[in-house]
Amino acid sequence: MSDKQTSNNQTVQNQKADINLMDKKTLIEVKDLKKYFLQKGKLFSRQKSYLKAVDDVSFSIKRGETFGLVGESGCGKSTTGRTILRLYQATGGEINFDGTDLAKLSEKQMKPYRKRIQMIFQDPYASLNSRMTVNEIIGEGITTHELYTGKVKQERIHDLLQHVGLKKDHANRYPHEFSGGQRQRIGIARALAVEPELIICDEPISALDVSIQAQVVNMLEDIQDEFDLTYLFIAHDLSMVKHISDRIGVMYLGKLVEVCGSRELYKNPIHPYTRALLSSIPIPDPNLTRKNKRIILKGDVPSPIDPPVGCRFASRCPIMTARCKQEDPQLREMAPGHVVSCHNV
Amino acid sequence: MNNILLEVSNLRTSFYSHLGEIQAVRGASFQLEKGKVLGIVGESGSGKSVSALSVMGLIQEPGKVKEGSVINFLGRDLTSLSNKAMSKIRGNDISMIFQDPMTSLNPVYSIENQMVEVIQRHQTITKKAAKERAVEMLKLVGIPQPEKRIKNYPHQFSGGMRQRVMIATALSCNPQLLIADEPTTALDVTIQAQILELMKDLKTRISTSIIIITHDLGVIAEICDNIVVMYGGTIMETGTEQDIFYNPQNPYTVGLHQSIPKMNVDEKARLVPIKGSPPDLLHPPIGCPFAGRCPHAMQICLEEQPPTFSISENHTSACWLLHEDAPKVGDYITAEVVSE
Repeated sequence: MSDKQTSNNQTVQNQKADINLMDKKTLIEVKDLKKYFLQKGKLFSRQKSYLKAVDDVSFSIKRGETFGLVGESGCGKSTTGRTILRLYQATGGEINFDGTDLAKLSEKQMKPYRKRIQMIFQDPYASLNSRMTVNEIIGEGITTHELYTGKVKQERIHDLLQHVGLKKDHANRYPHEFSGGQRQRIGIARALAVEPELIICDEPISALDVSIQAQVVNMLEDIQDEFDLTYLFIAHDLSMVKHISDRIGVMYLGKLVEVCGSRELYKNPIHPYTRALLSSIPIPDPNLTRKNKRIILKGDVPSPIDPPVGCRFASRCPIMTARCKQEDPQLREMAPGHVVSCHNV
Repeated sequence: MNNILLEVSNLRTSFYSHLGEIQAVRGASFQLEKGKVLGIVGESGSGKSVSALSVMGLIQEPGKVKEGSVINFLGRDLTSLSNKAMSKIRGNDISMIFQDPMTSLNPVYSIENQMVEVIQRHQTITKKAAKERAVEMLKLVGIPQPEKRIKNYPHQFSGGMRQRVMIATALSCNPQLLIADEPTTALDVTIQAQILELMKDLKTRISTSIIIITHDLGVIAEICDNIVVMYGGTIMETGTEQDIFYNPQNPYTVGLHQSIPKMNVDEKARLVPIKGSPPDLLHPPIGCPFAGRCPHAMQICLEEQPPTFSISENHTSACWLLHEDAPKVGDYITAEVVSE
């Protein structure tokens, strides 16, 4: 009985948490975002071919929420993140950030938004300039956006370093003097330096060791509470994404195939790709692994260059029908807040 | 004892860089039974790959196997063999597959070329027979239309398919032992599932014993019978899959379990990370390598390396807490996630 009660209490709490999120305002809304890369054609060929990295992706993130974007390599999750920040120019669609469509802004108009949206990168070795001290790395953004100068700026940098678990006297060192986990902390401090509202975390932990990953994830959660941040968390490690996200979007070959709350996604995945993806994760629990029935997908992800007509997952889908090869499925709402793009569910 | 295929004892491997001696492996001992799958798990820099390379005799300048022995199933010590004798064993008795299937295949030769070369190198058979064998192996690892695909070059295969080709090549001479160094790390989850499924299937169909090296406890749980946990160049704990996952007796193993999120836990529990970072093997700690990060560290942990304590027949752990004079920390060893 008591077990049931606690689980009931939990669902009540979960519902409360969901309602809390509903009250909050949407910070960013991505609508039909497209990013095509022109491919080099054959010599003398007039035909142009495009790599459709992101094709009609729509989602929104509320203030204070963590939205996870998962998928396998080449599915367009990183490109989506980079296009939002205008590191790539969108081919089509809207990026409504706090009421402004970022896709239409000029580079100059974009500058104040670069302060409000920051990014944390995957590779902590490549994303820090090796010729700059930590002080310069963190301070650069503060100067660019004319936030603080002189003593105040220095205090701010020291403050940031302490927030991410480093020491004041680390400020004068160079990136090579730090371990991977520490470098990622510097990258996070750099992102925080300009007091952003949205942080795009592009695989922030996948280059780190298991024991260090948990440190960084806990820190990301702490600073989110403290600075009231919104995260777009991009990763391929589903268990970590489930852990950190409130809602999750699953991408396959440039398309969003399923979006819903993270608990819901793991309890009740609907899209055949999501189900296969979830069952593919190796669980560090041998007794459970033996019980689980695994859905093994056949074949590989098709090339995103001139992708097939119809559903992109059709070639590997276990429940494929003739309709899937002709008609592109649209996102449909299956339950409140749970959208899926599949003809056959 | 006849069942032991490989016995590694007190292996010490160092690399001599301009900064000094990097002690990558500092006294590793483990053994592998015939037909079993042994998993070596550890973080980067724990010495897991170097241990495997030492077994293969692939440690090159400036590295050196300083001490210890690797006794194979014939009772020979592989560390004392000449290069020539060793290259007869490699590929024939012991073969290895690596993390990145693109860099381990030669891009300018066809798959046929590369597979036939390996087979003819170790067996005196005709080219035609070698090719037949290669096709048979490709079929075994699930490559469709092997007769056709064998003519292809590595770039015509996807990552998962290349790893299948690597496995086929490695198994083509019926080795006694296959060492797989992070075989699925470079692959996507759904492809990883395919490869793990293949390896599980092969485990039952062929008699080869396997050593899998990985950082992913999920992969270990999937396929291994016995597990070795490495940290800072030393072996922290060895045991069966049940021991390591459900009755870990080393604070490092427990920390590793706690720092990964559980998929089956419903509420949002906070992760319990291991504080600090791994030791610098240029100046390895005198005592237990984990002492600096261990929540239960005692004075002796900093001063002396813990001996290996035996818990049950196959379960050992190197931790001073298991000494009879050590304070009982009670149920310090639980793999449960502590929620806040």
